[in-house]
Amino acid sequence: MATDISKLGLKAKWQDLTEGMIIAGAGTSAEFNTGEWSSVKPVFIEENCRQCLLCVPVCPDSCIPVQDKKRAEFDYDHCKGCGICVKACPFGAITMEGVN
Amino acid sequence: MARRDRLSGNEAVAEALRQINPDVFPAFPITPSTEIPQYFASFVANGKVDTEFIPVESEHSSMSAAIGASAAGARALTATSSCGLAFMWEELYIAASNRLPLALALVNRALSGPININCDHSDSMGARDSGWIQMYAENNQEAYDNMVQAFRISEHKDVKLPIMICQDGFITSHAVENIELLEDEEVRSFVGEYKPENYLLNPDCPMAVGPYSVTDYYMEAKRNQAEGMRHVEQVVLDIAKEFAELSGREYGLFEAYRLEDAERAVVMIGSAAGTTKDAIDRLREKGEKVGLLKIRLYRPFPADAIAEALKNVKAVAVMDRAEGYSNHGGPLGADVMAALFRARSTALAANIIYGLGGRDVRVEDMEQVFEDLQTMIDQNDAGETYRYMGLRE
Repeated sequence: MATDISKLGLKAKWQDLTEGMIIAGAGTSAEFNTGEWSSVKPVFIEENCRQCLLCVPVCPDSCIPVQDKKRAEFDYDHCKGCGICVKACPFGAITMEGVN
Repeated sequence: MARRDRLSGNEAVAEALRQINPDVFPAFPITPSTEIPQYFASFVANGKVDTEFIPVESEHSSMSAAIGASAAGARALTATSSCGLAFMWEELYIAASNRLPLALALVNRALSGPININCDHSDSMGARDSGWIQMYAENNQEAYDNMVQAFRISEHKDVKLPIMICQDGFITSHAVENIELLEDEEVRSFVGEYKPENYLLNPDCPMAVGPYSVTDYYMEAKRNQAEGMRHVEQVVLDIAKEFAELSGREYGLFEAYRLEDAERAVVMIGSAAGTTKDAIDRLREKGEKVGLLKIRLYRPFPADAIAEALKNVKAVAVMDRAEGYSNHGGPLGADVMAALFRARSTALAANIIYGLGGRDVRVEDMEQVFEDLQTMIDQNDAGETYRYMGLRE
């Protein structure tokens, strides 16, 4: 039976944890909002974007969704704010405070 | 129908494993446990079992492979001794913290150095805090019987922890004794099939094993792990009861030998308990009230039951076949004395280091221990509480 990871938040008591901390069920990382960790976020400036998509594959957390061959808004629930996309963008279409 | 046979301790454990027919057995040889995978490899080659036998390049790998197999949903085990166990150190904690049922046939041998291949308990005692269940045998029969019961305890839904089945290197592992074996069918139906609720190779519900636990979770994870250990004593007793119905041989958390009215007692682990029983029988013939408490389950440590069993003794000698280098004695001494203190025992207690690196233990040595206990009682003083037995000085 798949583990209900919504019960494993930071307030979880020891009794709430699974035995051996196993997580049963596939793809549960999507339910885990790692975006909560970040202190800064990238900002997408759509008018500067030429849809080259260089930012998409460099994102370690797959937080730049692509629809109809165009990138969409960031998935802030999972973006940890690493800023790699800012470095990858040749057109200044992504900015982030504190990251040049 | 039981059958009698003459087997060494290693043969007896290998025979139990043949009857259990586990799924995966990775192994790397080390004296004195080498014969267990050696005998088992012949069972594999001769088609007596359908176990996946994996010859690996080290003990680090044998334990890793056993862990992987257990996580995948298989019934797995390995065997080792001494430095082989030391080389598994990292993985021991992984197996326990991941709550993976698993068995390790450990043949106790001194850790280097100085390098030595003979029996003492320094290897398994070093692993006592790793979260494994530890069970010890006095003789070949007990080594066989403990192995038959091992997976039932380890795989129990309230436990799910790895188990170390220990016996004394050479003294039982290589000495041949008459023992009583169960029939193959009896063992197979007693042990049963292993059906884990979650396992890696379940295509309907894959799982993640060993996720990173940040500071927010680590303490809760360790307390959660301790819960499994808290159930072990009851499970060991329940399985022992079932085993007794099958075999006629009764086991508990420990064996109390002529302890009921004893004023002087020895607490010890392993093969030297047989020698101690001979000493007790001799002294009892002279009317001396002496007894033995032989530990079977060392981890978890049944402190309350041990203190209760020792409540009427006036003096107790706790025998450690391993040094602790605490300047106060060995690990068993520390555990027993803590148990006595918590139970507000007034018994005089001394901790005696003995039998290191295979040093022989004679009946006369144990008679001397009981005499020393009498001296403690006569003088109402435990004297030096950290002693060595059988040492040239």
